[in-house]
Amino acid sequence: MSIELFQYPYMQRALIGALVIGLAAPALGIYLVQRRLALIGDGVGHVALTGVGAGLLLNRSPVLVAVVAAIIGAVTIELVRARGRTSGDLALALLFYGGIAGGVMLVGLSDSTNANLNAYLFGSLTTISSTDLTTIAVLGAAITVIMLALRPALFAVCHDEEYARVSGLPVRTLNLLLAVTTAVTVTIAMRAVGVLLISALMVVPVATAQQVTRGFRSTMTAAMALGLFAAGGGIFVAANADTAPGASVVLLAIASFLVVAVAGAAWRVLRRRRAPVAAPSPEPHEVVLG
Amino acid sequence: MSTPVISVTHGAVGYDGRPVLRDVSFTVTAGDVVAVLGANGSGKSTLIRAVLGLVPLTAGSVELFGTPQRRFRRWHRIGYVPQRLGAGSGVPATVREVVASGRLARRGVLRPPGAADRAAVAAALDAVGLADRARDPVATLSGGQQQRTLIARALAGQPDLLVLDEPTAGVDAASQEAFATALRGFVAGGGTVLLVAHELGPLRPVINRALVVHQGGIAHDGAVPEPAGHHAEPDHDHVHPHGPDEPVGLWSR
Repeated sequence: MSIELFQYPYMQRALIGALVIGLAAPALGIYLVQRRLALIGDGVGHVALTGVGAGLLLNRSPVLVAVVAAIIGAVTIELVRARGRTSGDLALALLFYGGIAGGVMLVGLSDSTNANLNAYLFGSLTTISSTDLTTIAVLGAAITVIMLALRPALFAVCHDEEYARVSGLPVRTLNLLLAVTTAVTVTIAMRAVGVLLISALMVVPVATAQQVTRGFRSTMTAAMALGLFAAGGGIFVAANADTAPGASVVLLAIASFLVVAVAGAAWRVLRRRRAPVAAPSPEPHEVVLG
Repeated sequence: MSTPVISVTHGAVGYDGRPVLRDVSFTVTAGDVVAVLGANGSGKSTLIRAVLGLVPLTAGSVELFGTPQRRFRRWHRIGYVPQRLGAGSGVPATVREVVASGRLARRGVLRPPGAADRAAVAAALDAVGLADRARDPVATLSGGQQQRTLIARALAGQPDLLVLDEPTAGVDAASQEAFATALRGFVAGGGTVLLVAHELGPLRPVINRALVVHQGGIAHDGAVPEPAGHHAEPDHDHVHPHGPDEPVGLWSR
């Protein structure tokens, strides 16, 4: 393995873009996981694809139109969720499949080749222009800063929304902010890992971190570090083994999850053997909602 | 006379057109420690949710500290303790992190926590006897300890009014005692309390007024009713089902 390839500017751009997304995606994703909406990024990505198709068809910047489409999609999903109707599930399904079908149809209607569609479906880090990179870096940094600065409030809203309302927090505004930042993250991550793998970078580092962490802040820090590692390592593997960058990043993130899961389980077994007198078992939890 | 802390006038609540509360009126003044009693399904939880604005009124009005609830903004004066910790979040959170949420009402969304916030969180953890569990994930706590965490969260905001929804339901004896102690401390400091309870248990000496909700109305407002019949036995195990037709006489003297 070597780092020679990173002398080329396109590889440097790929690496920087991946690192920014590797940091920003889990910083946002932790709130989605906390709210048990881990797959929402996937849905928003599907809707963003329609934006890509519309952009290609209208000869506008596909990424820009995708941001708009993704924001509309994410806000719609949030409004459906807030109403709490049982039909929300089906409404989301319609939105997801409508989004991806619309994207495929619109891209087909435009003059662009299939290769172009693949760049958005599976990511195309190595074709990032320096303008793209600036957009990714600025938006990625903004998302990371917002997620860190508003952590207490976003934590409160995602942890216990009713309590947050009684605390007088601007719950609706915070929820919409989360929806919009999800849409923006999805769109910038689209270039890195593609629409079909976006959720992985938002969710897998969080899932890995929370196996060994005890608190929210430590989970967030660890997830961001894991995101950076998977992004950087994935690009390095892709450069040397000539594999698809997006897929390499995601597979490395999942490999980290498996390693931590196995190591964590082994550690717990060892600790139990060493200390046969375990802590008193807590009374059964009652998690039934009144 | 001082401004009432809570004032409900002809309040009514319904879910999907089905009335749950009809024409409810009462006031709570500063220093009151009020227990809302009633059978399951009598509407007692709905009553406090309506007071807090979590459930909309279909008729009537609610005033909090003299301000109509719609225009009320000083939410830091109210500490709310829900029945259970939310649906259980997917991400671990320490006891301290959950309790620290209680400071947001006072601090606002944008200001980072300062020394006063940390001191209030530590004091609230002390008040419920969970200081030694501050760094543990809430999910590893017993049901009673989780309930105490929620009470600490409400206390951390240093409110004037505590509103609690069944704080002692399904809680072990040690936690009930810890909770009663915390509540006594809050009341001694001049706090006002509105709590929903199925059974008062060790809280009984702290309560100075009872509202009995029956079939969507207030059937009794005054002294805490003495338990009657087999309810009076010290070892009475509260396991029988409470139907909506339970006679109101059970609670009256």
